[in-house]
Amino acid sequence: MSLVLLPRAQPAPARLADVSAPAVSLEQISKVYGKGGEALLALEDVSLEVSKGEFVCLVGASGCGKSTLLSIIAGLDQPTSGRVHIDSRPALIFQEPALLPWLTVERNVELPMTLRRLARDERQHEVHRLLKMVRLEGFEKRRPHELSGGMRQRVAMARALAQNSDVLLMDEPFAALDAITRDLLHEDLTEIWEEAGITVIFVTHNVREAARLGDRIVLFSARPGKVAQTWWVDIPRPRRIETPEVGVLSQEITEELREEIKKHGRR
Amino acid sequence: MGVAEREHASLEAGLDALELARGTRAFSLRRVVWAVLPKLAASAVVVLAWQVAIWLQLKPAYVLPAPADVAASLGDQTRAGHLAEALFTSIGHAAVGYGISLVLGTLIGILTARVRVVRASIGPILAGLQSLPSVAWVPFAVLFFGLYPSAIYFVVVMGALPSIANGVVSAYDRIPPLLLRVGRSLGARGFSLYRHVILPAAMPGYVAGLKQAWSFSWRSLMAAELIASSPQLGLGLGQLMDSGRALSDISLVIALVLVILVVGIMVDELIFAPLDRGIRHRRGLTTA
Repeated sequence: MSLVLLPRAQPAPARLADVSAPAVSLEQISKVYGKGGEALLALEDVSLEVSKGEFVCLVGASGCGKSTLLSIIAGLDQPTSGRVHIDSRPALIFQEPALLPWLTVERNVELPMTLRRLARDERQHEVHRLLKMVRLEGFEKRRPHELSGGMRQRVAMARALAQNSDVLLMDEPFAALDAITRDLLHEDLTEIWEEAGITVIFVTHNVREAARLGDRIVLFSARPGKVAQTWWVDIPRPRRIETPEVGVLSQEITEELREEIKKHGRR
Repeated sequence: MGVAEREHASLEAGLDALELARGTRAFSLRRVVWAVLPKLAASAVVVLAWQVAIWLQLKPAYVLPAPADVAASLGDQTRAGHLAEALFTSIGHAAVGYGISLVLGTLIGILTARVRVVRASIGPILAGLQSLPSVAWVPFAVLFFGLYPSAIYFVVVMGALPSIANGVVSAYDRIPPLLLRVGRSLGARGFSLYRHVILPAAMPGYVAGLKQAWSFSWRSLMAAELIASSPQLGLGLGQLMDSGRALSDISLVIALVLVILVVGIMVDELIFAPLDRGIRHRRGLTTA
């Protein structure tokens, strides 16, 4: 299979972050929902710089504002204050594959390119390449309801890549899948990230998943959502979910996460 | 390809094969027979029961004619050319009325769905109109338009339009918000969001409204034709039936009830049902 550029037998070389120009830069983002006494401070003063080609995981308890932050980066939501710097419109993957049920697999993947008014043969060439990348050759004419959950999420990945964006935002994309499928998709995602050289911001509440995937893990505290702690992950790739170092790191992060959650009970 | 990767690829292929929904069934003669046979059998049972009632002489023949008498009456009307004329007139009226409802109903539905003031003002009226029997419009239409086809069209439109407009509104309201979010995040804006997301997403609900509107318009048309008759209106199924009533020709009346029923079923089965089924099937909304 030619889609893997890095030999799997040896650890991938450390990807050097390009410090000159971050892919995404967040400056003191705050988000308030509602007004007056009812107002809820969802995000407070979140600043984050993500380098080109970096894989950053945002973890935190439910309701900590990490999905809100992702919507703000995606431009689907506006911050109350603060600024987002991003070169191009990022691609977004949701927890549900959210494929258009009336389109076939290939039409779904083609849509972002149709919207960009790409030429027809160029679109078809890209669709073929992307479906090969997510190992869905032969399923072009299927409709979403004829596929399994994991296959649908792979179509969603191909569709996101068809947006040709440098930044991929993922909002708990594998949370609804079974463990074996999730494990396979972790590997698919890692391969795609390495081959396409994209920047990934990955939101999850699954700490082990974050340790399996990320270059950096950012722990969010809840209400208001703030950056609580950051880990740079130097575990060599290829990693697996059962890699001992992944387990050790996720244990450490889980403990911090628990401390963060306990704070709310004391209030 | 490394060992780990081959393992990964084959595991994924295995899972895909295991989890795949079963393929769709192909066209087969067996299925057609199974679709048609129960309907034929049910009709045969009804006709048989009817014939038994005749043999038992439950009612005099001028009240309850035998199936054979009804068939003969239908044959006479066909040979005289009345049946073809009435079918042509009625289906023509229904088509024009339905066409007007389709255009106006879709426009009004879009306005109601999209414009808040319109929704607040005429939304409830549209819902109420749906429960108003359109036969109630016949006296008004006759007085207002006179005994001209426009009176007939008016009654049909009042019957069918609310179904279509309400279909548009409820289809629009039922578009999953996630799909709109996805559309926007893929770069669809304004017209392209309509073209690629909103219209296709609203299609099943819209077609359900169209299907319902057909039965309403056919019903309304018969009510109008039974009450209003004049040379300008031509000879429709309703007028033909009314002449049967005037002549106490019960065989003709029953024959026409059957014809009206069959036309209604045929249009539904040949146009709307396949449209509806096709749309739902493609989206995986059917169980069979």
